[in-house]
Amino acid sequence: MIGLSLNRVLAVLIKEFKQLTRDRVTYAMMLAIPVVQLTLFGYAINSDPRHLPTAVLAQEDSRYARSLVSALKNSDYFDFVAQARSPAELDEMIRRGEVQFAVTIPGDFSRRVARGDQAQLLVEADATDPSATSGAVAALAALPDQALAHDLTGALAMRGQAVKPFEVIVHRRYNPEAITAYNIVPGLLGIILSLTLVMMTALSVTRETERGTMETLLATPLEPLEVMAGKLAPYVMVGLVQTAIILAMAATLFHVPMSGGWLGLSAGIGLFITGSLALGFLISTVARSQLQAMQMSFFYILPSILLSGFMFPFRGMPAWAQWIGEAIPVTHFLRVVRGSLLKGQGIGDQWRELAALGAFVCVVTALAMARYRRTLD
Amino acid sequence: MTPSSPNWAIDVHGLNKSFGDKHVVNDVTIQVEAGRICGFLGPNGSGKTTTLRMLCGLLTPDSGSGQALGFDIIREAEAVKLRTGYMTQKFSLYEDLTIAENLQFTARVYGLDRRRERVDKALERLGLASRRGQLAGTLSGGWKQRLALATATLHEPKLLLLDEPTAGVDPKARRTFWDEIHALAAEGLTVLVSTHYMDEAERCHEIAYISYGRLIARGTAAQVIAASGLITFHGEGPGADKLGHALSKAPGVETAAAFGAAIHVSGSDRAALEAAILPYRREPYRWSEVPPTLEDVFIQLMGRSQDNIP
Repeated sequence: MIGLSLNRVLAVLIKEFKQLTRDRVTYAMMLAIPVVQLTLFGYAINSDPRHLPTAVLAQEDSRYARSLVSALKNSDYFDFVAQARSPAELDEMIRRGEVQFAVTIPGDFSRRVARGDQAQLLVEADATDPSATSGAVAALAALPDQALAHDLTGALAMRGQAVKPFEVIVHRRYNPEAITAYNIVPGLLGIILSLTLVMMTALSVTRETERGTMETLLATPLEPLEVMAGKLAPYVMVGLVQTAIILAMAATLFHVPMSGGWLGLSAGIGLFITGSLALGFLISTVARSQLQAMQMSFFYILPSILLSGFMFPFRGMPAWAQWIGEAIPVTHFLRVVRGSLLKGQGIGDQWRELAALGAFVCVVTALAMARYRRTLD
Repeated sequence: MTPSSPNWAIDVHGLNKSFGDKHVVNDVTIQVEAGRICGFLGPNGSGKTTTLRMLCGLLTPDSGSGQALGFDIIREAEAVKLRTGYMTQKFSLYEDLTIAENLQFTARVYGLDRRRERVDKALERLGLASRRGQLAGTLSGGWKQRLALATATLHEPKLLLLDEPTAGVDPKARRTFWDEIHALAAEGLTVLVSTHYMDEAERCHEIAYISYGRLIARGTAAQVIAASGLITFHGEGPGADKLGHALSKAPGVETAAAFGAAIHVSGSDRAALEAAILPYRREPYRWSEVPPTLEDVFIQLMGRSQDNIP
């Protein structure tokens, strides 16, 4: 056996440990990542979301209708946030994603209940994310037995026990078979673009600084905007190629519906790629080494996966987590991609998300420009 | 030099720069006449790199003013950059690009016309035409420096700032490098070059010595030696080189350093210096007074000022 020396191991160990503690960012990241992970997983993520925004179209104003609404409310799954005046308005609300559920109480509901003539309650669910609606849909099963319990008296009550006074028709819109891939695959577009684009560009300036080429670059007449544009342009190509690959695979392998909304989708992709690159550039002006740049990118990717609605239903998160989620561009990009592919949203339905992405691009680009030093001061 | 109306390529006054509470450059004034090579000397951490960076707009001076090539170094930094070639201390070209690609990149950045022709000419001049497709990272130290010089001069600057360009380069490659610098100066280029090598300092038209952020000596090599007022005795004989330790402690001796088997003892007070070596004026040692070398002068200058440890 070759002589192994504990002392020599110790020498390397001590050196390694000292270097580790000297890199403050790495040190902070090592402590921050478990804290962030635990907080996100522990508090923010809820795979059985309740209090989902629901719109109601009551075509009759009756005691039964009011009882239905309050029974739905009492289930904790449905929060009534809007009253639609017409089926078209209701349809628009669910297409735009303003509500998760649309409940229609037909005009002859009371009459049919009274006559025992197959009364129906229509519940449409936005099933683009099947996991967001499954709990609520399951809860609907108990509704006919309980909702009208207090209203049905006498003969009606007797009948209520034998046959159900009405049935609930559930339409899972946009993803009727609740295929998870329909939700995950478009979402992956956002995650994969973030992963490659943010990380690759986060290294771009740091690499120059680390290798010493930055000093030469600064001594030339290059302007900051020229450096940024030149450095990022190749990655725009990378992003577009990745997008094409993912969309082609989504259509051919996973048969994800391509419902249209191409204009909004193109705008979303353009803004998202630009925003991701600008963010990467910003990171690379802050990070002092490539290692730090990698860690900062990772710190951004983590909430992008967990809080954006990619993995877990956005509406299942508490308000504070939703606020953080709203600040992450992936959140808005996912809504645009899913909205276009699954729901066929038009640009008019997506302007809020597109505006949010645009704002992100502007703010981050401005910050990156301000951070980029044209001197070594 | 023409003292009547010198044409200054560099003319800066009272430059100051601090990083935190460290005053790295302290009231430095440098003037270099157009077409001359000025050697910039001083111990490590004395502010040479910082001064060079201020001259080419990489750092903004805290105070002070001046001109490079007739442009204000602060307000017209961009104009200075366009006309200045700067070579950093560390090899800072793209190691993962080829020799030709590095030159082409620089040519584009400066918006040069006749790019292909210029790059070819530079490769020819370097003698690297046949290796143009080789990755820059695979070049040896000496070649790397020559490539960096070719890159720094591709846009035909009027001023060249070189930061320890030959550190770690073998003597033959250093000589080639300096031949090129002299050829460039002959074409009218002004060169400010920092170095630690005395032979290189002697190859400069003039020298500026900076220490502890202050410029403490200026002029030609002969002027600097004369101004030092230093007297040097050369001692030889068996074991003469071992006298250094004892002699350096003697009053009047400012430096005592071994040169092979011989020793150089220097001081500015002749009487005290002679008294110091008197005990050793015996067999087997032989002593003679010699003109001090630049190195003797610089070591004396270094000893006088405290090293500014970064």
